[in-house]
Amino acid sequence: MDEFMLIFRHEDGKKVASPEQIEHWMKQTMDWIGGIAAQNKFAGGNGLPFEESKVVWHNNVVTNGPFGEIKETIGGYIIVKAESVDEAVEFAKGCPVLQGDGNSVEVRKIARGDGVH
Amino acid sequence: MQHHELIPHLFRIEYRKIVSVLCKRFGFDQVEIAEDIASDTFLTAAQTWPLKGIPEEPAAWLYSVARNKAKNYLQRDRVFESKITPTVKSDAAALYEIDLSPQNISDSQLQMMFAICHPAIPPEAQIGLSLRILCGFGIDEIADAFLTNRETINKRLFRAREKLREEKIPIELPTQGEIDARLNTVLTTLYLLFSEGYYSASQQQTLRKDLCLEAMRLCYMLVDNPYTNKPAVNALLALMCFHASRFDARINESGELVLYDEQDTSLWNQELISKGGYFLQRATAGVIVSKYHLEASIAYWNTRKEDTREKWENILQLYNHLLQLEYSPIAALNRTYALSKVKGKQEAINEAEKLKLVTSHFYFALLGDLYTGIDNQKAKVNLERAIELARTQSDKQIIQKKIDRLLK
Repeated sequence: MDEFMLIFRHEDGKKVASPEQIEHWMKQTMDWIGGIAAQNKFAGGNGLPFEESKVVWHNNVVTNGPFGEIKETIGGYIIVKAESVDEAVEFAKGCPVLQGDGNSVEVRKIARGDGVH
Repeated sequence: MQHHELIPHLFRIEYRKIVSVLCKRFGFDQVEIAEDIASDTFLTAAQTWPLKGIPEEPAAWLYSVARNKAKNYLQRDRVFESKITPTVKSDAAALYEIDLSPQNISDSQLQMMFAICHPAIPPEAQIGLSLRILCGFGIDEIADAFLTNRETINKRLFRAREKLREEKIPIELPTQGEIDARLNTVLTTLYLLFSEGYYSASQQQTLRKDLCLEAMRLCYMLVDNPYTNKPAVNALLALMCFHASRFDARINESGELVLYDEQDTSLWNQELISKGGYFLQRATAGVIVSKYHLEASIAYWNTRKEDTREKWENILQLYNHLLQLEYSPIAALNRTYALSKVKGKQEAINEAEKLKLVTSHFYFALLGDLYTGIDNQKAKVNLERAIELARTQSDKQIIQKKIDRLLK
């Protein structure tokens, strides 16, 4: 069994959502993760809030937040256990982030550090 | 109380105190001696009291007899003489003193709890030793609780005592730096001890209830001491109170398990429910959410019988969170049940089919429930599979009732 990281990409991180909308998304996300965890396939994850975020550029130029210059922002990630990338993709298809047009979930295998990867 | 009732009663309460104090004094090297002296003390009581009458203060009488027996032992013991006496010559009388003050009794019991629930000891042995030393259970009772025989339990306890000696585990409270990790092991043992009573297949109701009450008592000792009164301990105690509140409702007169939906709520113990609420409140003091917090919160919602949307949404979210902290098949099944209450049976079936817990009768029983009313033929197939896999007669009966209802 391998581990895969599912990275949530938002096309426009500047959109402001109402607290009710955020709560609704949170519940959906928790239900989605709960479904994966119920199959014993959840390995970890974190939300990445936009507060206290910086971007460090070439020559150590620091700017506030990932917004503006970067078109897409990462809103969070989870790590799942899966037999294959296809199984990980099936998990990703249920991610509530995908309800937003232009958003995406990137599925990446995590290198095992066994000298092969 | 007559002496034939009083002695077993005192045994349950005082045995562990005497063993803890003596063992603390002697070290684990001589744990059997401590146990022997304590047992011997009760034997003396059983022989003397019927003839001379029950002493005015039975506990004090036991302490004084135990103290004398321990002193005699210490004075006889050659190892003790040769190894310890030469270095502490100053006060020979104090050397043989046994401190049975309330403070030392309480401290020793707590220290014993941490020593027995040491990560070096396998969980099964921790529970066995806890039952023997901390709860004063007899070998037969422990064997009944684990549905096994005396010999197995004796062997298990023997190995556990050996382990305690080999590892040279000290009888003391862990340091401030270790307390959280060590407390975790203790809580796991208490949790298992409680579950053993609550879910055990043993038919002996009184014994099972005793196991639960003992687990609660030990947990209460931790809450009662400022050093160990941590949020997770309060959460575990809350969980136990909520579960225990249904003790009388979940078993009928003929000793059969009554399912939650069919329980008579007037039999739920309101006092335990409000105690649970009190400890859950106290558990919210910290920032860390332990699995006990989540399970206690789920248990809280289960003390409210009405089938509200609020209840099931909360339970679903709590299970989502719990499964992320720690996967267990039973949590996965319960989460799926909660999902059916929030999002309907069809969606729950989709998720349930992915769980593939094909060796568990609970899994097929859940699928049977979910398919009921949607596809009764599939419901029946799943329930029949559940009966094949169920191990106890009472589980088989409960599932059979569901099939019978389906065919009506």
